[in-house]
Amino acid sequence: MTVPTQKPARKLTMQQRYAALTHDLDWDPTYVAEEEIYPFTTFEGIKVHDWSKWEDPFRLTVEAYNKYQAEKDRRLYAVLDGFAQSQGQLSLTEGRYMNAMKIFLQGIPSGEYQAHRNFSHLARYFNGPGARFASLCQSMDELRHAQTEIHTLSHYNKYFGGMHDWNKMSDRVWYLSVPKSFFDDAGTAGPFEWLIAIGFSFEYLLTNLLFVPFMSGAAFNGDLPTMTFGFSAQSDESRHMTLGLEGIKFMLEQDEDNLPIVQAWLDKWFWRGYRLIALVAGMMDYMLPKRVMSWKEAFELYFEEQMLNGLFKDLEYYGIKPPRHVQWAIDEKEILSHQVYWVLYQFSHAAAFTTTIPNEEDQAWLESAYPETWPVFKSVVWDKAQRVVDSGGRYFNPGLPQLCQICQIPMGFTEPGNPLVQCQRHSIYEGERYDFCSDGCQWIFDREPEKYVQAWLPVHQIYQGNCGGPTLPDVAVWYGLEPGDAGEYIGSMDHQDWLKWHASSIKEG
Amino acid sequence: MSVVAAPRPVGVDLQENEETRAIVEAIEADNDDLTVRHMPGIVRLTKEGQLVINQESVEGRLGRPWETHEFQLAMISYFGEFVEWDDDRIVIAWKH
Repeated sequence: MTVPTQKPARKLTMQQRYAALTHDLDWDPTYVAEEEIYPFTTFEGIKVHDWSKWEDPFRLTVEAYNKYQAEKDRRLYAVLDGFAQSQGQLSLTEGRYMNAMKIFLQGIPSGEYQAHRNFSHLARYFNGPGARFASLCQSMDELRHAQTEIHTLSHYNKYFGGMHDWNKMSDRVWYLSVPKSFFDDAGTAGPFEWLIAIGFSFEYLLTNLLFVPFMSGAAFNGDLPTMTFGFSAQSDESRHMTLGLEGIKFMLEQDEDNLPIVQAWLDKWFWRGYRLIALVAGMMDYMLPKRVMSWKEAFELYFEEQMLNGLFKDLEYYGIKPPRHVQWAIDEKEILSHQVYWVLYQFSHAAAFTTTIPNEEDQAWLESAYPETWPVFKSVVWDKAQRVVDSGGRYFNPGLPQLCQICQIPMGFTEPGNPLVQCQRHSIYEGERYDFCSDGCQWIFDREPEKYVQAWLPVHQIYQGNCGGPTLPDVAVWYGLEPGDAGEYIGSMDHQDWLKWHASSIKEG
Repeated sequence: MSVVAAPRPVGVDLQENEETRAIVEAIEADNDDLTVRHMPGIVRLTKEGQLVINQESVEGRLGRPWETHEFQLAMISYFGEFVEWDDDRIVIAWKH
């Protein structure tokens, strides 16, 4: 037997492997026109001269992608198992914490699934192999996120209300039209706008505000599965941020005519995304029994410091300006969560979560986090709500709110600089009046009214008779609400269960 | 006349766990004037200018081979840009 004397081939570097296994697998079509293979990359007006200039700094190959994603899933599912086996739901800080997770489950996995579908479209229809491969990875990630979110929260569904019909609810319930319409809007745009909408404006600019402080909050409230899922997802998010950043820079570097198109998309999608995560502001400040940081602090850290003082200085080089309505967002940071939670509180009789008045401990925290605005909201709103409770009642708004035509959030936001005057804008289009919560939403409508007149507004749909019937109980049935899902937390089924579980553990202990 | 832009901070948020500890130590050793902030479950590292993660430093502390791709398992978020991601090191900085 002879031993081969040849030396083994030198191992390729990461850069060579990436080039060989992604870019080098591409070919130029010879008997079919490029426009026939990639028919969707010209109608938006974005000019691309050289797709090979698209680089993925992660330099992932299929092999590396599979290896690390499998490891992430193994770690997550080990945690989920351990949590379920050890009856981890009993060691949450409080039962009411779960309300934040109900909104998360009802609103987010279907958005992840929409992202999965649209990135798989990009993975097929972008002309360049680098862009296609990064989109393919993100498409698979988004599917993983939808699945792992559902698996993670399924354990809680055995013990808490509001989680049984999240999929139906995400299609039907009024506050869930906020995320649904956001992804519908992005998914009906062209591929480049989608990339600026989701890849850049949402992933790079804003998702840190959804995942990082919120998942740190989960860690702080004993919610091990959500924390682990969140960080696992967020590690993919780093790649998604990079895809968004590569995408915007690629468009800007390819042709200077792309600049005004990209700027307008950025202006639009910053505001759309910012309004969407307003729900997170309410959850962070009011629904977590123990908080890591306030919305205001998270906004300063993850948006003002990182994006306005970091990223936008970088993009200045290409002529990009900070988003058009960014100052409005900065001005709102002191009041946003108060306003959002007040909307959730007064309409939670028609929701798949419960709310309650901030208790003494919550109020002390709110006062320290918002020394200027909390006392005003307390006296205008919560002291009154408390008086209703003291006299044996509970304030729910008996009417249906007017919704903003764009963000679909009830009109509860206020004029800049005056937190006590409700903001309302309107535009007339083809003889009909459309109302908006802010300059940002009005500006978005005025650019593309023919798109947004088609909005599926839950309140309008109820009045038109499309939601199960004319009364609130009819609509609640159509929403899929079950007894114990909606209303006030104190005295609710979740609350009673929580007390029962802990009373028996004290007795047995 | 040339204008030099003032260096701006870049940073990375990592999961705070046993394996990441070695990475954090390596980054601390290789980056002067690093700011470290601990939050529940998260350790946030920021620095003016650029932040470098060296494979060799991480391997030395972990006591086993470590591919730079593995950094993805530790990372929750970042700001700045990956100006370099090679076998031997990762560099985060702003390009402009």
